[in-house]
Amino acid sequence: MSVSTPQHRPGPAAGAAVLRGASMLVEALKREGVEVIFGYPGGAVLTVYDALYDAGIPHILTRHEQGAIHAAEGYARVSGKPGVVIATSGPGATNLVTGLADAMMDSLPLVVITGQVATDLIGTDAFQETSTLGITMPITKHNYQVRDVAELPMTIKEAFHIASTGRPGPVLIDLPKDITNAMGLFDYDRPVHIPGYQPTIVPNRLQIRKIVAAIKQAKRPVILAGAGVLHAGAHEWLRKFVERVRIPVVHTLLGLGGFPASHPLFLGMGGMHGTYAANMAMYEADLLINIGARFDDRLTGNLAHFARQAKVAHIDIDPAEIGKNVETDIPVVGDAGEALKMLLEEDATPGDYADWVEYLLNLKREFPLWYVPDGKTLKPQRLIEMIHQMTAGDAIIVTDVGQHQMWAAQFYPFEKPRRFVTSGGLGTMGFGLPAAIGAQIAARDSRVFAVLGDGGFQMTLQELIVLTEYQLPVKVVIVNNTALGMVRQWQELFYSERYSQSLMPVQPDYLKLAEAYHMKGLLATTEEEAERALREALATPGPVLVDCRVTPDELVYPMVAPGKGIHEMVGVKP
Amino acid sequence: MNRILSVIVNNRMGVLNRITGLFLKRGINIQSITVGPTETEGLSRMTIVLNVDSERTTEQVIKQLHKQIDVLKVFDITEQATVTRELVLIRVAVTPQTRAEVTGLIEPFRASIIDVGRESLTIQATGRTEKIDALIALLRPYGIKELARTGITALTRDSDTVNEVARLNKANVVVL
Ligand SMILES: Cc1ncc(C[n+]2csc(CCOP(=O)(O)OP(=O)(O)O)c2C)c(N)n1
Repeated sequence: MSVSTPQHRPGPAAGAAVLRGASMLVEALKREGVEVIFGYPGGAVLTVYDALYDAGIPHILTRHEQGAIHAAEGYARVSGKPGVVIATSGPGATNLVTGLADAMMDSLPLVVITGQVATDLIGTDAFQETSTLGITMPITKHNYQVRDVAELPMTIKEAFHIASTGRPGPVLIDLPKDITNAMGLFDYDRPVHIPGYQPTIVPNRLQIRKIVAAIKQAKRPVILAGAGVLHAGAHEWLRKFVERVRIPVVHTLLGLGGFPASHPLFLGMGGMHGTYAANMAMYEADLLINIGARFDDRLTGNLAHFARQAKVAHIDIDPAEIGKNVETDIPVVGDAGEALKMLLEEDATPGDYADWVEYLLNLKREFPLWYVPDGKTLKPQRLIEMIHQMTAGDAIIVTDVGQHQMWAAQFYPFEKPRRFVTSGGLGTMGFGLPAAIGAQIAARDSRVFAVLGDGGFQMTLQELIVLTEYQLPVKVVIVNNTALGMVRQWQELFYSERYSQSLMPVQPDYLKLAEAYHMKGLLATTEEEAERALREALATPGPVLVDCRVTPDELVYPMVAPGKGIHEMVGVKP
Repeated sequence: MNRILSVIVNNRMGVLNRITGLFLKRGINIQSITVGPTETEGLSRMTIVLNVDSERTTEQVIKQLHKQIDVLKVFDITEQATVTRELVLIRVAVTPQTRAEVTGLIEPFRASIIDVGRESLTIQATGRTEKIDALIALLRPYGIKELARTGITALTRDSDTVNEVARLNKANVVVL
């Protein structure tokens, strides 16, 4: 990157071609190095699809626009590159809303193109007109409507820039149909100039020195590492830093994989279903160094009990996150990787806290995650463990939302980054299956498991056919407890076992469903059957669906009940 | 407590929506908002008066405003030396007996009568909010038939904001 002033903005490059709007889009996507598009056609994007017809950019036709955008999210999470989505106006655009909100919450870079009615029809309640701009404003990092074809190239360039820099997020471009038809000059070589958007990447060294000094004085320090570490590609720096200062690490749900789970200084995930050691570390700490996490309420529990004795240092690329939920003593705005590098440069060295570390490692040993095998039913936790063993811990695990999601986070220890794909902030049921499509496309040679609840699977199961059509060898594991398990769990614990609308005793025949979608379907009702089914699934080249009938009334433990402090965990031991 | 924010934004379609949407999401009530062009072409100034419950909310709002790509600058001018003004139009009921009284009453406010009807006068006044409040209170006993206030607009004294924005525009052109 270099810097110039707008006064010297170069004019159109000598070879800049005159193109139709739709072709500009295709050309721009190529210039951005887009490897795949997830989308669904319709009236307002017919010209765009015509231009894509022989453009040579692979396009995945999902069976619902929600599927397309979750697939793009899965792709973005695994590849680190922006996921690209195209949908038509009106219902096409509104079907994207859940995915946009999900990507916004979990900071996933997306560039989303929606069709719109022609500019002269906007505002007339034309066929398939909706105010996409208005609807998506609060759930995008930024959105545009292109009113002049001359602005199209730079709008696309800006969209990619905004989506993928700073704190990543979804950017939407609303494209009226006549703009996609109009001819204009395609000039893609001008520099991006956005005065209102200048993320701080390099942190303030003085603030970094304050952290170094705080570490020296700390008696009970702990590191909380979030997804910011993964977005920044800073996992190696994190490991180096931790090994230098010997401070134990807690991960958020979305941070998992940023620090190797097998590392002796790893305490596990924190929060509502985190480990006792992780939560007690944050509860008792006198120094909490947050790197790229946003102190979500599912992590902190009741704020009145969260890190009350701690000096809080918070490194975040988004200044609005600092001080939002937890008062911060040492704010550091910047990229996690840059901050960690600087911490190492500034010779961060351990203070006098070896006893504290020993105490925490004892807690970790004494209060491991647990479940009680009953010798009869298939325990869902055991199922996850088996997947872990059979994939040597190296698979990409994509989950839906609910109990199975928590068990996957607890019982599949991640050693590497970008291996865990899950909907954290929004908690979107229906995310898992389509996200697994995107994950497999981003990592063709990796083992991808979609670990889904029977509830969430049924929200987007139409996307199964995409696995068949594009020969994506995703292993779909349905953690089938014939219930909306997480809802059922809360009703058991907090609503006197009144299971209001959370039981689903009547289930589809998943094996027949697999057959209907031209893939192998396997059933497992016991541990032995599960073992066999998983082996067979792994030995089968294409996609496989495994219906795992797990213990129906299993609960996720340990747990911080709603409203409680993180030190008030229940179910820390069998 | 009331906070006055002065926000420089791109004069683009939807900007007002972006700003108000941000307050909606956080459940913050806007007391008043005025928007108009600035001395720089393409930029508008919004003067927003908010009623917030804490410093923390103000800080969060300012940060969220900054995150908007169409927002160039945000100033919390509550505690700064500012010139603030608002305009009010008041239609007040009068009778042949009270007409002269009302006319005399508004004189110290440098308000002017801009429309005269058989049973009412329409009065225009500009000034700081307290002055406008006082004028309204004085006229209330006569019977206010209609009232329209613009909400305040403001500038800091000896403001440097213009230069600040010009500097922003020059710096940081990213060449990818
Ligand atoms: C779209 C959506 N609707 C509702 C919810 C609320 N919700 C959270 S978990 C859950 C139950 C999920 O059940 P299932 O998919 O079977 O997974 P399990 O908890 O049984 O593992 C529900 C309904 C949600 N997160 N997302």
